[in-house]
Order: sequence, then structure tokens, then C-alpha cells
Amino acid sequence: MTAHLRAPAWIGLGMALLLGACASTPRATGSLYAQFGETAGLSALVDSLLERFADDPRIAPKFANTNIPRFRRLFVEHLCVILDGPCTYTGDDMREVHTGLDISEAQFNAVVEHLIDAMQAQDIPQTAQNRLIARLAPMRKDIIYH
Amino acid sequence: MNRHSRRRRRRILPIALLALAAALPGPDGMAADGRLLASGGATQLEGSAGGGIVPWAVLAGYATRDEIGATSYLTRVEVSDYALDSWGAALNIRNRLELSLSRQRFHLGTLGDLLGMPGASIRQNALGIKLRVSGDVIYSTWPQIAVGAQLKKNLDFSIPSAAGARRDSGTDLYVAATKVFLGAAGGYHLLVNTTLRSSSANQLGILGFGGDRGGRRLLGEFSAAVLPDPTLAIGFEYRQKPDNLGFAREDAFSDLFVAWFPNKRFSAVAAYADLGSVASFGNQRGWYLSVQANL
Ligand code: HEM
Repeated sequence: MTAHLRAPAWIGLGMALLLGACASTPRATGSLYAQFGETAGLSALVDSLLERFADDPRIAPKFANTNIPRFRRLFVEHLCVILDGPCTYTGDDMREVHTGLDISEAQFNAVVEHLIDAMQAQDIPQTAQNRLIARLAPMRKDIIYH
Repeated sequence: MNRHSRRRRRRILPIALLALAAALPGPDGMAADGRLLASGGATQLEGSAGGGIVPWAVLAGYATRDEIGATSYLTRVEVSDYALDSWGAALNIRNRLELSLSRQRFHLGTLGDLLGMPGASIRQNALGIKLRVSGDVIYSTWPQIAVGAQLKKNLDFSIPSAAGARRDSGTDLYVAATKVFLGAAGGYHLLVNTTLRSSSANQLGILGFGGDRGGRRLLGEFSAAVLPDPTLAIGFEYRQKPDNLGFAREDAFSDLFVAWFPNKRFSAVAAYADLGSVASFGNQRGWYLSVQANL
């Protein structure tokens, strides 16, 4: 009998621990855009990202024919819009831009991992990082294997 | 060759695999490491990728659709009166098919002493096959779905047979749905898994298959975890089990776990497990420790 009662008790304890784990990390404040340090923060983030791309043989070749200053400007705009910042994105849509690049699943994830590392280096709160990732994830289908 | 040295030789394989994986250079080489950290989960008791006790829809390791990867694992569970070792390896073919081989060794502990067989154990082999049917655990709108089978063969059937088990082998069939809801738990990633299994295995098959109280049943399994950061998952699992032996009641398994993914080569899981009543001893609770290495 007790065995059957025990499982829900475990689940309750599990929930409590999970919530505890989350509550113990520093609270992120302000809008998502503010947590990324607005346009200045995003520019620094994209610069850090570009350095990581340049050093990664899985990614660098894809940018061989890219106008980097233009990419940098458009990528900042794009992130700013995704984070509900006061910007306008003036580039093309994701599917169009990445068509012909034949980006693999592994290359996509490599970019995500560089983004996570860059956000970590900028001390962006974990919850803000996760919310950006959540907004970028649905774009993957427009970016890989086209 | 005596029994003891044979046993020791069998342990060399998983340990060698773990050591080899740990010794290889970081994840820049030719490794199958294209998927995101932690997205291959850990290894459950019968050798399939999952949590600690529940198979998930994810496939072992980090291979993408363009890669082939291998994972080995070693697990020990110690509860009040028993211990269980499980070890094995899995192959991930293009993140579509997972093939796994594993061995379970159940140490009879207190029961062995009572039966006049101190140090006795029951062994089982499990062959796993899992097919990812659809979805991606992180990127798709719908969960990742997989179907799988675990073909098990009990190698020391005399005790299970005496306890009333009908057969020394059996096949579990399951369908699993797993999804990571990004940022969904107050900004933290939330993983949810549900598995539906058809099985006649008594205590995973350690006590054989079927019995006086029935045979194959449909069973529910559930997992949930939160990721405080990209390298950590904290969660719990619950696994229903058949209860086929009048002689040895069987309860659901549950556990509370912390999984650590320092890199794509290595991961470790520590859990507090509650196995309920096992082979006539109630309240079997204790520690679960597991390590995985990816090639
Ligand atoms: C969620 C992930 C991604 C986002 C949000 C994103 C966003 C963007 C944006 C905003 C642009 C500029 C658009 C324009 O030129 O009009 C761009 C261009 C580009 N992206 Fe991505 N991208 C992502 C993933 C990737 C990945 C994984 C790769 C390669 C490994 C990649 C390679 C490129 C290249 C090479 C260009 C420049 C194309 C050109 O020169 O015309 N992107 N991306």
C-alpha cells in the first residue's frame, strides 16, 4: 500500500527541488532587450561571436564570400528585433539568406554553442540566454540543408 | 578458466571503452558530436538512451543525421538489501537508429544469505533497438517520438523459476515522446518525457517473465527535468512495472536525479532511487550512480 502512495510524494519532492534550484540563481531584471545590454551589448555580443566563427573551421568557410560589416550590422538588427528591441531588420528572410549555403545540423549547433559561450562571456543572465535560444530554435528549419 | 576470472574479463570491455573515450582528444576531432550538449540524455538500466530508469525518445550520444556515434556506460544501484550493476554500449546510426547491448547483474545480497547462497547474483542480457520516428527533442514543435524494443534473456533462471516466473526471456516494446521546452520553466529549459511500454518482465527481467498473477501489461513511465545551466539537469522519473509474481510483489520504480554533462565525451548521473518491494524485501531505497562515455 505504502509503495503506491510513495510515488506522488516523490514527485512533490522533485518539484520542490526543481523550483528551489531555479529560485536560487540571481533574478534577471528588466526587458529581455535590456538584459542583453541593448544595442551596445548586442554589438559586443556579435563581435565576440564573429571572432569565434573565424576560429572555427566548421563555420569560417561558410562566410568566405560574405561582406562581414554588412552581416554584423544585419545580425545585430535581427537579434534586436527578436529581443523586442526598438530596431528594424533590413536584411532578407532567413530561408532566402541561407539557401545555397548547405548548412548542416552540426554546423547549426556549432553556431548555437558559440552563441551560448559568447552570452556566458558577456554575463547575460541564464534565463535571458534561454529565452533567446527559444526564439531562435524555430528558425532552424529555414536555415539547415538548403 | 574459473568463474571469477571470466567475470573479471567481461568487465574489461566497458572499462576499456570508458578509458578510451576519456583519453581521446576534445570534441574537435572526428567525433560524432554534432548535437547539442545533454541532448543524448544518459543511459537507463537496460542500456537504452534515456534517463536513469526510463528509455526516452532521444538516441545515445551526439551523432546527427550525418554521423555515427558510440556510447558506453556503467551503472551501479545500491539499495537496502540488494545491488544492481548494469553496463553496455550503444551505437547511434545517423540519429535514426540506436542499437544497444547491455548486461545486468543483480546481487542477491540479503536474500542470497537467506537462501544459503551468499554472494549469489542473477545476470541478464538485453539487446535494445530504438528507431526515431519523428521530430527533434529540441527543435521541432512536436516532441521527438521513438519506438523501441528491448530483447532480454535471463541467464540464471533457477531462482526466478522457483519464484514462479514462466519464461527466461521476453521482449519489451515501447513508444517514447520527449521534448525540451526551451526556457519554459521560469526561463530554464524543461525536459518532459512520457513512455508507454508493453512488458511481462518481472523486476526488469531479473526475476524472469510472466507469473501466476499475469503476463504482458501496458505500463506508463514519466520523466521531467529542469536544466539550471547547459551542463546540468535535475529531475525525477517514475516507471510502472508489472506485478506478476504472487510470491514477490513488485512496485513502481522512481528516482530523483542530478545529471552532469561537463562535455560531450563524458557524463555522470547521481540519483536517489526508490525501487519499492523487490523479491520479498520492501522499501528498497538507495543510491544510483552512472557514467557515460561517448566515442
Ligand atoms: C538561428 C541561427 C541563425 C540566425 C538567426 C542567422 C541570422 C542571419 C542573418 C540576420 C544574416 C544576414 C541576413 C542578410 O544578409 O540579409 C545571416 C547571414 C548569414 N548567415 Fe546566418 N543565421 C543563423 C545561422 C547560421 C549558421 C548556422 C550559419 C553557418 C554555419 C550561418 C551562415 C550565414 C552566412 C554565411 C551569412 C551571410 C550570407 C551572405 O553573405 O549573403 N547562419 N544570418
